[in-house]
Amino acid sequence: MPHLATYVGLADRSEQTLAASLRAVGAGHARQADVFHTCNTLATMCDEHRRRLAPVVERYGEEPDVDEPERLHADGLGAVREGEIGLLRDLQDLHVLATLVQTTWTVIAQGAQGLRDHELLEIALASNEETSRQLSWLNTRMKMAAPQALIVAP
Amino acid sequence: MTTERITDVWGSRTPHGQATKWPDRVDSYLEDGVTSSDVDRWVQSACVLCSNGCGLDIAVKDGRMVGVRGREGDRVNHGRLGPKGLYGSTPWAHAEDRLTTPLIRNSDGELEETDWDTAMLAIVARSKQLLEEKGPLSHGFYTSGQLFLEEYYTLAVLGKAGLGTPHMDGNTRLCTATAAAALKESFGADGQPGSYADIEACDAMLLVGHNMPETQTVLWARVLDRVEGDDPPRIVCIDPRRTEVARAAERTGGVHLAPRVGTNLALLNGLAQQLLEHGWIDEDWVAEHTLGLDELRETVASSTPETVAETCDVDADDVRRAARVIGESNALLSTVLQGVYQSHQATAAACAVNNLHLLRGMIGRPGCGILQMNGQPTAQNNRECGADGDLPGFRNWDNPEHVRQLAQLWNVEEMTIPHWAPPTHAMQIFSYAETGSIGLLWISATNPAVSMPESARIRRILGGDQCFVVVQDLFLTETAELADVVLPAAGWGEKTGCFTNADRTVHLSEKAVEPPGDARSDLDIFLAYADAMRFADKDGNPLITWRGPEDAFAAWRAASKGRPCDYSGLSYDRLRGPSGLQWPVDEGHPDGTERLYTDGVFSTDTDYCETYGHDLLTGGTVTEQEHRAATPNGRAFLRTAAYTPPHEEPSDDYPLLYTTGRTVHHFHTRTKTGRSRPLDDAAPDAWVELSAPDAERLGVTEGDWVRVESPRGAIEVRARIGPVVEGAVFAPFHYGRWDPTGSAPDAEHRQANELTMTIWDPVSKQPCFKTAACRVTRTRAAQSAGEES
Repeated sequence: MPHLATYVGLADRSEQTLAASLRAVGAGHARQADVFHTCNTLATMCDEHRRRLAPVVERYGEEPDVDEPERLHADGLGAVREGEIGLLRDLQDLHVLATLVQTTWTVIAQGAQGLRDHELLEIALASNEETSRQLSWLNTRMKMAAPQALIVAP
Repeated sequence: MTTERITDVWGSRTPHGQATKWPDRVDSYLEDGVTSSDVDRWVQSACVLCSNGCGLDIAVKDGRMVGVRGREGDRVNHGRLGPKGLYGSTPWAHAEDRLTTPLIRNSDGELEETDWDTAMLAIVARSKQLLEEKGPLSHGFYTSGQLFLEEYYTLAVLGKAGLGTPHMDGNTRLCTATAAAALKESFGADGQPGSYADIEACDAMLLVGHNMPETQTVLWARVLDRVEGDDPPRIVCIDPRRTEVARAAERTGGVHLAPRVGTNLALLNGLAQQLLEHGWIDEDWVAEHTLGLDELRETVASSTPETVAETCDVDADDVRRAARVIGESNALLSTVLQGVYQSHQATAAACAVNNLHLLRGMIGRPGCGILQMNGQPTAQNNRECGADGDLPGFRNWDNPEHVRQLAQLWNVEEMTIPHWAPPTHAMQIFSYAETGSIGLLWISATNPAVSMPESARIRRILGGDQCFVVVQDLFLTETAELADVVLPAAGWGEKTGCFTNADRTVHLSEKAVEPPGDARSDLDIFLAYADAMRFADKDGNPLITWRGPEDAFAAWRAASKGRPCDYSGLSYDRLRGPSGLQWPVDEGHPDGTERLYTDGVFSTDTDYCETYGHDLLTGGTVTEQEHRAATPNGRAFLRTAAYTPPHEEPSDDYPLLYTTGRTVHHFHTRTKTGRSRPLDDAAPDAWVELSAPDAERLGVTEGDWVRVESPRGAIEVRARIGPVVEGAVFAPFHYGRWDPTGSAPDAEHRQANELTMTIWDPVSKQPCFKTAACRVTRTRAAQSAGEES
């Protein structure tokens, strides 16, 4: 099952990237107090997904034997942007990262069902559900920030 | 007249048994030297010095308001009035420092007197310039819980259909936003399900973060008359301080739970866990009338009494006993206030109280009430009319049909009405004003320089050049001092209008006297702006057609028709009767509605509801499709979240928890109560309350001066040793720099919000005033040279 192992590794890394990016955006836009606190809350969700996935990563092996993941891997947000329009762009980047996480869990859940791997299936479904909550907040916050950022902000 | 209600704040007892009428007792007060035979006339109104909404008449002598008398026939107070209402209602009106003329900032940066034309011209010039350069999103409005319904509705229409800005909110965001949010999340729309009459009918009460004896004294008198009568209700009190409610809980065989500040949700989830474990739930009712039981069960499963005891620092057996009181009750009345709303996980905790009632099927029946209380007399109207950013009539900004209804009513394009994003909450409005993204901020009847968190930041925003600030108020408040234009407003008793209390009772407040000098009613000021801006509908006719309060009320009746807060059956004439009436008042309910949801059908239908709901942890919105897929169809939501630790926890540097609140003798920033001699004498100065063990550790004795510091600021005030829970420090939030005597020793360093944080609940967006970390240092002894005790 080399490709499932690849995806398990991808889930782990993309959750890690998302968590780090959420923390970076939270710290970079700390003037927006809700962004700071919510991004940190959402980052701890990613941490928890990785914690639960750790024994599975162990089980499937850490070294996938194909090159494919290099093309799938998304870079996180290194530096955040400035101001209201910067916040909007950063939230949009987070949304892209979270979407990658979500589709990864979707794919893993399919594989886990095929293998009747109950442990992995449960982790994939629960994580997927929380990724939906993350996406939902990002969407809500972007809708809130967009009018002012696009029309009025300096 | 005597001022005995200063010390005897609830007055004499009139005890009575369960399900018997609360006896009448008429309270009145006339200013010194005035007797009842001197009074020229009594003018009908209701009290605006807390959210209770007591019916009263205003005494008028020689064109001055000289006192008040409770209305015996009114359903809210049965004649009673509390200390603030008695002694604080009228003296401010003839205070010498009333604003009587507009002020404008001159080229030297000083505020100077001017006339209305000049002041309005300056506002309109700035307004038009911003509209041209940046469009309507350059305008923000921050209003109050003190104006009348007619004024809020007018402001909502000019903001939403005239300008088209989503940036409108009230200081209700600081006090009742969570009440509204929790009612919307659980029941689909705002509106208190219960009635004050549930106090007579209940056999158990749960007061959560609600120090009713100090915040709503007349309502507490009503409770005390049950407590001291036959078959008293058993009371469960959740409060970190040992308040009068806590004492009543002990007296009635109930329980006082004093959780660590910031852990309300953990405790309330623990109560739900116990109800489920003991089967104290109405299975059939829950199955028929609610959604979300499985999720609730899963969320609270780990909240065992032992876990709760650990998290909240309470006794596990007390949690069991409290749950038993609730579980064995036949008629439970719950009330909730700032201890929940201004604390951590506010909306989730308020919903958790709703959940207890839903689990027990205790809603819509006599005694089975939930009062998600309001903090202010007219907060409910702010929410109904849409001056807090919501759409008028509890309409859903995310529902195109609701927007269409308003567009039709106002005869404007749908796109004019800002519904494409969530309404902007107060903290965000100030954040936009901070960067100049909002270039005109209009503040009415509120004092954010004292009342908003992290005061230093708020003062910087208001005082800066990046945003033009208009303030309309009775006095030159700490906020008005920072404005570019100050408009003198008429107050209560100097204008006519309606307002609605926390149990949906609508009162008419008639004009008793003329306002001083050139002061104008807030309604007239908003209309003057609308006229000057020539706001028009899509046919070019004036957008706002009403000229006075009664025709504004008629416009509101039409806007509210068919919605949960239906006023269509009300008129000023109806409201001139012996008692206020509870909305909805419509064809089906011509005499009003004592309780909502008597049939167990809630306002959750997708096409009718005020919101599709939110994720209580993050504030992420539920979409229409998701809502529809859940098929709520009138069933209530059991909304839950797991406990998470507060945003700022005590540390080595700041080892204590800081929490703010009220005292019985003052309201808000004392604009009115500070100008009443008896009330000011009773509480002239700020203080902080420490627990005895903390005080001992810090070497502080009663009356010592202490410095209280958080990462954001500090105050230096005198210490009291009191019933606050160990590890926490309590500070009253009423005191700013202004002082009626001009000689308070701590006036420059006593403002409680210097220490609070800029953070808010993810759903209600209510700022969190109750959880910050602080440290306390003793600075000097109680008595020093030249200082009065």
